[in-house]
Amino acid sequence: MRRRSKAVKRGRGRSGRRRVPLLELAHARSGDKGDTANVGLIALKPEYYPILVKQVTAARVARHFKGMVKGPVERFELPNLGALNFLLHGALDGGGTISLKTDAQGKVLSTALLRLEIELPR
Amino acid sequence: MTAQRASLSPTVRIAAGQGFWGDWLEAPYRQVTGGPIDYLMMDYLAEVTMSIMQKQKSRDPSLGYATDFVPLMERILPTLAERGIKVTANAGGVNPRACAEAVAAAARALGLAGKLKIGILTGDDLLGRLDGLLARGHQLRNLDTGRPLRDVRDRVLSANAYLGAWPVVEALRRDADIVITGRVTDTGLTLAPMIHAFGWRPDDWDLLAAGTVAGHTIECGAQCSGGNCLVEWQRIPDLANVGYPIVAAHPDGTFEITKHAGTGGRITVAGVTEQLVYEMGNPAEYITPDCVADFTTIRLAQAGKDRVRVSGVRGRPATDKLKVSIAYSYGYKAVGSLVYAWPDAYKKAKAADRVLRQRLKDLGLGFEAMLSEFVGADATHGPLALASAPLGELPEVQLRIGVRSPDRAAVERFTREIAPLILNGPPSVTGFAGGRPKPEQIVAYWPALVDKRMVEPCVEIVDV
Repeated sequence: MRRRSKAVKRGRGRSGRRRVPLLELAHARSGDKGDTANVGLIALKPEYYPILVKQVTAARVARHFKGMVKGPVERFELPNLGALNFLLHGALDGGGTISLKTDAQGKVLSTALLRLEIELPR
Repeated sequence: MTAQRASLSPTVRIAAGQGFWGDWLEAPYRQVTGGPIDYLMMDYLAEVTMSIMQKQKSRDPSLGYATDFVPLMERILPTLAERGIKVTANAGGVNPRACAEAVAAAARALGLAGKLKIGILTGDDLLGRLDGLLARGHQLRNLDTGRPLRDVRDRVLSANAYLGAWPVVEALRRDADIVITGRVTDTGLTLAPMIHAFGWRPDDWDLLAAGTVAGHTIECGAQCSGGNCLVEWQRIPDLANVGYPIVAAHPDGTFEITKHAGTGGRITVAGVTEQLVYEMGNPAEYITPDCVADFTTIRLAQAGKDRVRVSGVRGRPATDKLKVSIAYSYGYKAVGSLVYAWPDAYKKAKAADRVLRQRLKDLGLGFEAMLSEFVGADATHGPLALASAPLGELPEVQLRIGVRSPDRAAVERFTREIAPLILNGPPSVTGFAGGRPKPEQIVAYWPALVDKRMVEPCVEIVDV
């Protein structure tokens, strides 16, 4: 609840700006490699890609997943595919067979990332 | 179909039949009967599958492979023989020879004796050689943690090097119709037919990278043809009848991803892109035994309905290492659950969790980890979901709690603490039909590297 109150409500950002969930600009697929989850984030339209590059930084993603990811977050760019690839280290409670999580393989961290709010010009 | 015929054709069609051990059993049959293909590729091996197979083999020396593969092959063998379709499959697990014998027996029973050759690929299994490798200074350090293997040596259950495409190519060159392997990379099973058909050389890095990208695209079966695809998912047609992907490959390294006419699913740039980034590390360095593929060079274009063209792939020389997949016994775990109903479903589940944890604490049980999730509220998106979930109004919430410990007895005791909550904990509880959870041995994954020269692939060809 605390998290929500901090966020600016959708549609009412700084003057002349509006906030939308990343879901409206991108799609994603995620998976695992040991205790590291990867989230591939893909722009729904080519013109959205620069917005993703600018706003969906490794630091922002690390803040977004605070409490869920123990290690660092790395970001790689694939401009040819309009995609960013994030590695979330220490995201899976040990990963694979060790993990006690429902999502031991990080399969739905994809849509968890799409909850992030993006600022757009009005 | 022989290599000769393939070389006359500008296009080789490689169809994905299985994306993992447990994938849709109908898919291979539909791939071989639904339209023209040259090869059927089936990937069976996940990271810890080998350890399960090793365990089965230790109990019965005739086991240790993907047993589902045999009846599946039985169903399609007549079509394979009739149409000259070849198969590459890593269904052999830790016992490719036994797997091949079972397939050969099935083929003979179908009257195919003398009509098929099976290639058997071994040499990936390092379990019997581990101590020798360690003695010679190969530490097999864990790629994630850096720890040397000697720390867990006495608990190792299986150890297999990932072989690449080239030994599969050798089997195809020696006229194998069905190539059954142990731990060959997923991508190698698709790349090998291209190398074989087009005569690619070991230093054709761009071409090998292109074939590797093709392999990565179809190695998860329908996950690139409409399955698990987020973009306009409700408009993906006829998933009940989903068409598994087919690579239509060309000698210059370009290829199309497509599927048989009349099947469901959807092949679009967006869907293929989702699969390309799946389980991706550094996209500029996708390392396989065959090459290092650069995924930042891939060009995709929609070339028609359900047809995506892939070009531009660049590659670099392979490294001098092979990845080794080691499985070892880690300890035990158990996960139990209870379902709480409205009103206050979430609060009741939280209260039950507190009661259970207090009792476990009072029993003095030590666990390496204990995790509580509230399915319906936070199990998938954690605190991100709780922030906006209508927690007071949820119709039901499942308390799902798991523990992990090196001590089996502690885990066993935990499993007996869940059912009592039905009568002595918070109200409106149900969902215990599955009974008491069972402690499960954890077989964990230890990725390492070994010098390529320490591994010798071995190919043998047997007549059915």
